[in-house]
Amino acid sequence: MTPATPEIPVDLCGIRLRNPVILASGVLGVSRDLIARVAAAGAGAAIIKSVSLEPREGHRNPTVIAYEAGMLNAVGYANQGVEDAVREFEGVGDLPIPVFASAVGQDADEFARVAERLMGCGFAGLEVPLSCPHTPGYGTLAGHGTPEATERIARAVRNTTDRPVFVKLSPNVPAIGDLAVAALEGGADGISAVNTLGPGMVINVEARRPVLGFGVGGVSGPALRPVAVRCVFDVAVALREVDLEVPIIGVGGVAAGRDALEMIMAGASAVAVGTAVYQRGLGVFGTIARELADLCARLGIGSTAEVCGAALRHHKEPV
Amino acid sequence: MTMPDERPPAGVRPALPVMLRVVEVCRENDEMVTVYLARADEAEAAAMGLELAAFVPGRFFMVWLPGLDEKPYAVSSLDAERVGLTVQQRGPFSTAMGALRPGERVGLRGPFGRGFWGLQDHGDGGRVALIGGGCGTGVVAPMRELLPQAAVVQGSRTAGVVLRLPALDGQVVFTDDGTEGCRGFPTEWLAAQLRAGALDAVYTCGPEAMMVGVATLCREAGVPCQVCMERYMKCGIGVCGQCECDGRRVCVEGPVFTTEELAEMPSFGRRRRDKAGRIIVLDSCPSGSQAAPS
Repeated sequence: MTPATPEIPVDLCGIRLRNPVILASGVLGVSRDLIARVAAAGAGAAIIKSVSLEPREGHRNPTVIAYEAGMLNAVGYANQGVEDAVREFEGVGDLPIPVFASAVGQDADEFARVAERLMGCGFAGLEVPLSCPHTPGYGTLAGHGTPEATERIARAVRNTTDRPVFVKLSPNVPAIGDLAVAALEGGADGISAVNTLGPGMVINVEARRPVLGFGVGGVSGPALRPVAVRCVFDVAVALREVDLEVPIIGVGGVAAGRDALEMIMAGASAVAVGTAVYQRGLGVFGTIARELADLCARLGIGSTAEVCGAALRHHKEPV
Repeated sequence: MTMPDERPPAGVRPALPVMLRVVEVCRENDEMVTVYLARADEAEAAAMGLELAAFVPGRFFMVWLPGLDEKPYAVSSLDAERVGLTVQQRGPFSTAMGALRPGERVGLRGPFGRGFWGLQDHGDGGRVALIGGGCGTGVVAPMRELLPQAAVVQGSRTAGVVLRLPALDGQVVFTDDGTEGCRGFPTEWLAAQLRAGALDAVYTCGPEAMMVGVATLCREAGVPCQVCMERYMKCGIGVCGQCECDGRRVCVEGPVFTTEELAEMPSFGRRRRDKAGRIIVLDSCPSGSQAAPS
């Protein structure tokens, strides 16, 4: 029997989570049935795999590979397209955990069209990734990673739903804090930080060529974690400086309760988990929640909110 | 319950292709070839995540043709020197597999997934049936090594595409058109054997409509049956969700499922997902090949 998952309540813009461990977008979230499995495995919430206006087959395989410090992927936004996705996720609000939609587009108008269609399904909130590093026409390859584009796209999707909107940022920028501020100026309610790192490349020396079908792919897992923690920290600092304190979902390499607490101390209210599904199996969500509860008890921490951003007081301006 | 792929948190297990040299390409029939690859240095391969010794029938490898694509294939034979992949030439990838020449290199990752189990519980296999459909017969073939007395039954479209491997010696052949063996389907043989109480276990791989028939007969007869399913796969390691079937990840929780598990999978025999993840309704021809040509 799976041990009971502890209650570690978290509030994300009025969305109540039983614990702060969320399924990250891009992993498993292609169907209602899989999200129901993730819920049964103890997750506090889930974010679906990103949906585009038209169906996309994505890049040629290999699209996902693992190496000793993490995973590389260049899936290329393979997805069934918004019309099939609406059929798949109709009534998603009946699932036992809150589920976030994830909408992508090539420009602000397309983001808004996809978001509007999806949000009719009963999703609790919306995540908007502006940060994919490996899909031409989308994310950072389409220039969505600038403050101007971030604000413009955030504003466009903001008008499609009254549910909370989280903008997902790239770690591959010089000043992630500026992007977070731009997203909030566009009307976002929260920030997800971060998408995959890089892109990176793995070359097979016998074949003398990159392994991924697309050549390069985003790096996730343990290799990303310290970068992601720093990004969450930078976002939290930037938001405090402009008095815009909103929830941050920390994403990047979280595979254990200690990793989750680290993200929370950097300023995250919740964490999203993807690559760790490969490292520890589908049960990883409840496992991390239990480890987090045990660790908090051991450290005398009463609630995660109490230590959210605890490390920020050690912030120093660069010299 | 512990998930089959649950592991301790330490690090990330590599899953990178290891290049193996082609030593022989055998034409099996009008549509199928077997590509034999030389086994690499085991320690070096294991450092990249390839463990040929962990293969059991039903598990699969991701096969990489650099510059073209990477697809899942089962192994039809494995010995100390070489590994055999039997491929039906249908689309660009499998055609390129058949055009390989000795000395060329092919990337292999794996093995992945849950293979057939409980094989050692059946002695020499005298009360076991291995039922293959078309190229799926190559997937059940390596079980013959553990179960030398098991009956092998192959369903095929026509004489020109019947698979003949050394491990399939003495097989009973059914063809749709009656050009070899009996005209009809392996399910006819199976129904008679089950009625006679001659079987303790059935293992099968082939077109989904055939496997639905096999699984249904076995469930009705109360005989344990395991089915090796095919779905479009991308990552092979349980993260991308592409091969999802009713909430199960076929690449890690399958591809082998029991009839009890299949009873909770209404999509089995009815629906699969295409490369983009759209749901496709399967046809129901018992010998039809529903998978997209690869």
